[in-house]
Amino acid sequence: MEKEVVLMKGNEAIAHAAIRCGCDGYFGYPITPQSEVIETLAELKPWETTGMQVVQAESELASIYMVYGAAGAGKRAMTSSSSPGIALMQEGITYMAGAEVPGVFVNVQRGGPGLGTIQPSQGDYFQATRGGGNGDYKVIVLAPSSVQEMADFVDLAFELAFKYRNPAMILSDGVIGQMMEKVVLPPFKPRRTDEEVIKECPWASTGKPKNRERVVITSLELKPEAMEKRNIALQEKYAKIQENEVRFEQQQMDDAEYAIVAFGSAARIAEKAVEIAREQGVKVGLFRPITLFPFPEKQIAELSKKVKGILVAEINAGQMVQDVRLAVNGAVPVEQFGRLGGIVPDPEEIVEALKKVM
Amino acid sequence: MAKMKGAIVVDTERCKGCSLCIVACPQKVIALANKVNLHGYPYVEAVNEEACVGCASCGIVCPDGCITVYRKKVEE
Amino acid sequence: MDRNQIVQPENIVCKKPTLMNDNNMHYCPGCSHGVVHKLVAEVIEEMGMADKAVGVSPVGCAVFAYNYIDIDWQEAAHGRAPALATGIKRCWPDRLVFTYQGDGDLACIGTCETIHALNRGENIVIIFVNNAIYGMTGGQMAPTTLIGQKTSTCPYGRDPEIHGYPLKMADIAAQLEGTCYVTRQSVESVGSILKAKKALRKAFEASMAGKGSSLVEFVSTCNSGWKLTPAKANEWMKENMFPFYPKGDLKDTTGEK
Repeated sequence: MEKEVVLMKGNEAIAHAAIRCGCDGYFGYPITPQSEVIETLAELKPWETTGMQVVQAESELASIYMVYGAAGAGKRAMTSSSSPGIALMQEGITYMAGAEVPGVFVNVQRGGPGLGTIQPSQGDYFQATRGGGNGDYKVIVLAPSSVQEMADFVDLAFELAFKYRNPAMILSDGVIGQMMEKVVLPPFKPRRTDEEVIKECPWASTGKPKNRERVVITSLELKPEAMEKRNIALQEKYAKIQENEVRFEQQQMDDAEYAIVAFGSAARIAEKAVEIAREQGVKVGLFRPITLFPFPEKQIAELSKKVKGILVAEINAGQMVQDVRLAVNGAVPVEQFGRLGGIVPDPEEIVEALKKVM
Repeated sequence: MAKMKGAIVVDTERCKGCSLCIVACPQKVIALANKVNLHGYPYVEAVNEEACVGCASCGIVCPDGCITVYRKKVEE
Repeated sequence: MDRNQIVQPENIVCKKPTLMNDNNMHYCPGCSHGVVHKLVAEVIEEMGMADKAVGVSPVGCAVFAYNYIDIDWQEAAHGRAPALATGIKRCWPDRLVFTYQGDGDLACIGTCETIHALNRGENIVIIFVNNAIYGMTGGQMAPTTLIGQKTSTCPYGRDPEIHGYPLKMADIAAQLEGTCYVTRQSVESVGSILKAKKALRKAFEASMAGKGSSLVEFVSTCNSGWKLTPAKANEWMKENMFPFYPKGDLKDTTGEK
């Protein structure tokens, strides 16, 4: 059977994929450059077809807590926003991490800090991977670099979130969100029935039957010994995720003497930069982390044994470069190239920057 | 002639001695005991249970649900 | 008449509600929270909804409500309970979903979530325990603190020039299209408790019948924060709170829809 190929924006793909992966509820708020997500959902009216709820909340704060409530009750719930809105959501995210609630959220990054600009950037890498909320926690972070990955990562984010009972995010940006590309949308998967949810999620607040203890979804624990135990368990969980869920892609790395490490839209630009550099006789390859947490530290450490230098190309003032440097641990020079304020760099700029490590 | 006779059983470890039951009781059945429970709270006891008619005012106003109230119709 | 003849299981006319477990409640002696908890437990039990109820607890003294009433719970961030309840109820429409919030939680940091969940007509019940003070954090001024009332952050009495005016949330809620039942009750006397229980039941039933949102305000005491004995706190409440927060139904369209 021929697969249906359609042309659409990254933001639209998120909306379509959400419906198709059996999402139970989307609770969001408009913000440029991702308002198409809720607009597309509103147009598609999934509450009439799959029963998926779509609610325009009164703020990003309310959005993340609606997700918390629904996901804490075992349902596939998600929201989307852009950088300043995600900043607002940080409290809800740390609460989800602490209470082990599998909410999913999408950040279509724009320039910052503060209200910033509406043009794309990758300035929220720290916010995503270091955790902008309080306490020791991690969020699973997937970084798409195409409209296809925007579509594919929604189900993946839910699968990982529920597998580990951890919030998961898709860290996109204004380029991927707004651009139009061919995409094969995922096949329709029905929403789980209430019985299936109760079976899959015995930890969720679905209503207490007589044969089990009451469920309390909470991140509060006043006894320090108990809280330490909880935190240790969380750290063990993150270690498991680090061991099992790393995803990355490599291009032309087999004979590469230099590597460009880039994620998201920067990786697409870097792909072109690799092409140009190769034409100029430079043996360079591209290493693209797909999961930012868990970060492919082992793979980058391996890579650093084979190349003479690494350029990290990212659209910010230097964030992922820190994780690369940690993984490389001084083995080879690591330099960073970035543009700020919503400027999207050209491939030629990356090629030029590559000289810093050569 | 029938009348109602009541009796109360106080969960003394749950009681915090707030005394709202004493205020609510129309029959002056209840008073603070001269003792404290394991939590350090003085608790209440029925000192005049003869007068209790089982109206349950005490149990209803008790914020901690400490009082079980019994009532039986008695033929005199 | 032997006492043992009276103290028999068949003669029980009042006891701790079945849905309240044996955990001692952490509330101060005489706190209104305890009575409101009992009513919530009794009504859920009497409606036969114990296995379908999901409560959302606040940040405030009642943060540990989930330790006392034997149903499933979620602990919300400060003020966000109506948003959590929205998410739960939208995805589990046949569950009885309610929030349980204090005046700081509902009328200060959570004002936005309160108004919007009510106005969207979410089929939830918002339980509002209003004692005009921030109890848990030690007795600071709340958005519902009365003019002239002394708290730790207005030790000379609330002064509108500096502190603004108290908020009447139930009045605001009654104006919203999405609400079907808005009422003020209290739990200091047998009579008021019985009335309050009826009101709570009405609100829960309305939410299950899909009639929209309800706000059930319990004008309450905080004897610790007010620095009064429990009995004197009830008196103070009757003299000062009731005139400003009058009891009764402010809106009831449950019969119409």
